[in-house]
Amino acid sequence: MQSIKEITGKTENNTVAEREAKAQGNFYKPLEEKSIGPGMNERIQRLRKLSFDAEPSISIERALHQTEFYNNNYGKHSIPVLRALTFLDHCKRKTLYLGDDELIVGERGPSPKAVPTFPELTCHSVEDLHVLNTRDQQRYSVAQKDIDTYEKEVIPYWEGRTQRERIFSHVPEEWSRAYEAGLFTEFMEQRAPGHTVLDGKIYKKGMLDFKKDIKAHLDRLDYLNDEEATDKAEELKAMDISCDAAIIFAERHADLAEEMAKVEKDSKRKEELLKIAEVCRWVPANAPRNLWEAVQMYWFVHLGTITELNGWDAMNPGHFDQHLTPFYEKEIEVGDITRDEAKELISCIWIKINNQTAPPKVGITAKESGTYNDFTNINIGGLKSDGSDGTSEVSFIMLEVVEGLHLLQPGTSVHISQKTPNRFLNSSSKVIRQGHGYPSVFNPETYIMEMVSMGKTLTDAREGGCSGCIEVGAFGKEAFLLTGYLNVPKIFEVTLNNGIDPVTGKVAGIETGDPRKFNTYQELYDAFLKQLNFVVDQKIRVSNYIDRMFAKYAPAPFLSVVIDDCISKGRDYYNGGPRYNTNYIQCTGLATVTDSLSTLKKHVFEDGSMSMDRILTAISNNFEGDEIMRQTIVNRTPFFGNDDDYADSIALQVYDDLLEAIDGKPNTKGESFHLNMLSTTCHIYFGKVMGATPNGRLAQKSISDGTSPSHGCDVNGPSAVIRSLTKLDHTRSGGTLLNQRFLPSLLKRDEDVEKLGKLIRSYFTMGGHHIQFNIVDTATLKAAQKNPEDYKDLLVRMAGYSDYFNDMNEDLQQEVIDRTENESF
Amino acid sequence: MSMISYFLSDYNYSPMNTSLIFDVKRYAINDGPGIRITIFLKGCPLSCKWCHNPESISSNIQKLYNNSKCIGCEQCANACEQDACTLTPNGIVTDPELCVLCGKCAEVCPTKATEMSGEEMTVGHIMKLIKKETLLMDQSEGGVTFSGGEPLLHHEFLNEILDECIKEEIHTCIDTTGFTKKDILLKVASKANYFLYDLKHMDSDIHKEFTGVPNEKILENLKALAEIGTKMNIRIPLIKGVNDDDTNIHKSAKFISELDGESKKVNILPYHSIAIKKYEKLGQYYNPGTMDVPDEIRLQQVLNIFEEYGISAIVGG
Repeated sequence: MQSIKEITGKTENNTVAEREAKAQGNFYKPLEEKSIGPGMNERIQRLRKLSFDAEPSISIERALHQTEFYNNNYGKHSIPVLRALTFLDHCKRKTLYLGDDELIVGERGPSPKAVPTFPELTCHSVEDLHVLNTRDQQRYSVAQKDIDTYEKEVIPYWEGRTQRERIFSHVPEEWSRAYEAGLFTEFMEQRAPGHTVLDGKIYKKGMLDFKKDIKAHLDRLDYLNDEEATDKAEELKAMDISCDAAIIFAERHADLAEEMAKVEKDSKRKEELLKIAEVCRWVPANAPRNLWEAVQMYWFVHLGTITELNGWDAMNPGHFDQHLTPFYEKEIEVGDITRDEAKELISCIWIKINNQTAPPKVGITAKESGTYNDFTNINIGGLKSDGSDGTSEVSFIMLEVVEGLHLLQPGTSVHISQKTPNRFLNSSSKVIRQGHGYPSVFNPETYIMEMVSMGKTLTDAREGGCSGCIEVGAFGKEAFLLTGYLNVPKIFEVTLNNGIDPVTGKVAGIETGDPRKFNTYQELYDAFLKQLNFVVDQKIRVSNYIDRMFAKYAPAPFLSVVIDDCISKGRDYYNGGPRYNTNYIQCTGLATVTDSLSTLKKHVFEDGSMSMDRILTAISNNFEGDEIMRQTIVNRTPFFGNDDDYADSIALQVYDDLLEAIDGKPNTKGESFHLNMLSTTCHIYFGKVMGATPNGRLAQKSISDGTSPSHGCDVNGPSAVIRSLTKLDHTRSGGTLLNQRFLPSLLKRDEDVEKLGKLIRSYFTMGGHHIQFNIVDTATLKAAQKNPEDYKDLLVRMAGYSDYFNDMNEDLQQEVIDRTENESF
Repeated sequence: MSMISYFLSDYNYSPMNTSLIFDVKRYAINDGPGIRITIFLKGCPLSCKWCHNPESISSNIQKLYNNSKCIGCEQCANACEQDACTLTPNGIVTDPELCVLCGKCAEVCPTKATEMSGEEMTVGHIMKLIKKETLLMDQSEGGVTFSGGEPLLHHEFLNEILDECIKEEIHTCIDTTGFTKKDILLKVASKANYFLYDLKHMDSDIHKEFTGVPNEKILENLKALAEIGTKMNIRIPLIKGVNDDDTNIHKSAKFISELDGESKKVNILPYHSIAIKKYEKLGQYYNPGTMDVPDEIRLQQVLNIFEEYGISAIVGG
């Protein structure tokens, strides 16, 4: 008799992969068919294409200016003034770019996607530059002559003087051991502290106004009684210089536009160039008077901050729709602008942000993170600072821009409060359905509570939102510094090996006992806690040291101008100037730890069906020869994300103890450390440095991300996932992350889109902080792996941001494919 | 079905009326209004040749075996007290003569290649499960759907659950073949909020050929249900070569248009062959015969016919 397999030629395993993407109702369309969405005019189409097609490259201009200036001036000024003068010098000299079609002007480098380096923080070696120029993924082209110049003029000066070297020459041995084992990462060894987001002040004040404020505070300094007065004076002088730098930078663009207008033949373009010149003469010196000026104002401030230093997560306009709405409404009312013109301007700045590729790291291993994305995250919707609904027509325009452009950057998030109208939620869900991985979705009620409980005023908290991936802060008033990821599963692995890293055989932590001798689950758990606290303390100790290094050697006077209350305190952004100063440690792998603990609790300590020795032996052999046990664990253990209290209560305990270990530990600014549950792509790097874990995860495989369930382990659908997740009290952290992958067939009809909205509302009613979706099927992902050329603009959601599937290395691609695919029946 | 009992392990309910459940699906978006939880009851008087839940037909516990998950560890063979399981080059073979369906093989199977379909559950168990979804149901104006199999085979059990749902103000929906006694149907209809009613073929002989039962009772019951004003969607599985011909579609549309009460919504569910693997798991042979997938053009034509009769029909749902 013929078997079913013979009839169909298919087994269950390959039916999924072979189903055509189209048959799945997939919305993703390859580039040729749909390079740009509806409603985008020809100018925007051209600008988008230019931005999309530009190859990232390294520009050494900033490094040359920096080096030359330091060489001639180091020691002549206080450090803040030196930093400001360096910035001024670069603004005066840097190569300008004003491309065809552009309305909003200014680039960080000499052309789109040309990225400067920041040798004062960390200096690329010749080898680094070669690797960047030749690696397959995330390549940055560098000309050989530039490498030669770098070797001759830049590298020799910075040897031994970079921020990175200052840090690594002073860390204690315990820290180094833990760091090398991959127990945590350190954010500030490559880039400056950032997570800076603006509030609405730059739409009400220009640089000349800030200069007046600065002068007033300078005049008021009490040199007789205030021991800090001299330092404050230096800092304020630096801020004043950096305001000038921004004005000069804009004026140079005005000059250039006028020059270009003189020779421009096309009368319409000539008019545009003259308008550009007019705008650049007015902002950022003065407060903007219309939408065009408001957008350009933001862009100059954005460029200033990311040129001054390379702070993490670039710069972020915050509630951009709320900031632009007053200009838009005023001009629409008097007929000075049309909706399409507004949309065009907003599209222009979207493309500008896409042009700013992330600065590449040094000592490139390509392991820790791999993306061109620099994480600017525009907040749309949400609440206003008075607590009313912040949704406006501009919010809808922005959604259209997001959908129409579908670019890598900026990331976008929609903020769905109880007051958000369903129309906005459904419009957002329709963009989510396109499958670009954004917008991600945030719950203002929860994050406002998070901020208030950390001591922000209600108004400041409401004006806050998210930056980067899922982290929240009080926009325009807070330095919320992410200090690095904590590899919680690795801490557990080290615990299971009594302080040794089993991958290298080296000491990584402290001795907490041989688990084979533990008689109870509690003994095991206590050992884990002891290890956890030890590692966290190492991390915090060095974080505090680094904070001081930045305060001393790398102040950011321009950034300080735009963040309250740096001017009134006379202190730098990195030196406690902002109204709020928070340090975060990002914890990863909650589900991996929970599932591992659950495995040992159930099978070793409760059922006695497996011995600790058998499990430890199996994981040290990567389960080779004991697949039966691995399968039993995977299929017969309560795992996180299934609305099962057995596993979920363990997750709750771990979460509580992470809070206990981190939350409230003092930082150097009289404030404290908090945690958030975020991984970006770090869960893949963290997985790489680990052996197998008791939950059946094989060696080197990705650990779970922030708070999502382990890959493929959430088998009861999204409603069970959100129930498991909300057993954690999200308001006690600075953010949690939930990734869900849906098949496009789950969102075929408008009715289904509304149901997705209800799922989001339900999650938020239960207290969820953030949720994001990948709407793409396995067939499409596998096809994209096979034929990358056909899927050049396939964007997928990583953990907190979107990335081009083709730009991701194989590990990252596999991680996305392995996520549980939620399919409708 | 150890999955279900597994997330119910913490419930302490005294046994009441029980029924055999073969699946529970959360976040069901195609089984009635809003977001729903769907409870699948085992056993069906019909045996439709296209059935995509073949394990739903028998009213008994059944053993499912998935060859592709089996790692050949023989734990099942070792656990079987009847010596019914044997490892062969084609995987585990179970001797139906010896197997007493005790489920020991499924309990020890590390990969869940062997599973038992059908688990006795009490009303209390199911209510606990349903109530986990309260917030999602409230937000989306959804509820619980009882499907099968044929849920009305378990009408006493069903009535008891429906009473509980009324108490808890949970919206209920019954997904039925309509093949039952009229009084049974009407009693359930007096408690449930909504019906998904299957209409397979208007010709009784053909209906019998493909489903095993004639259709008179089904059509009569549908009329009766409409008479008392029951809210419902009518669901038509559309199978090329069985019921997609013009004659049958016109007859179906005419019949539906003449039903009492507000205009009925029709869901056209195109046939698919994804269930083949399930037949294999049951050790059964699936013969698609003349049945085939209707193409897009035919689907549109069918929708147009319904429109002629003033009926709003959609594909899916």
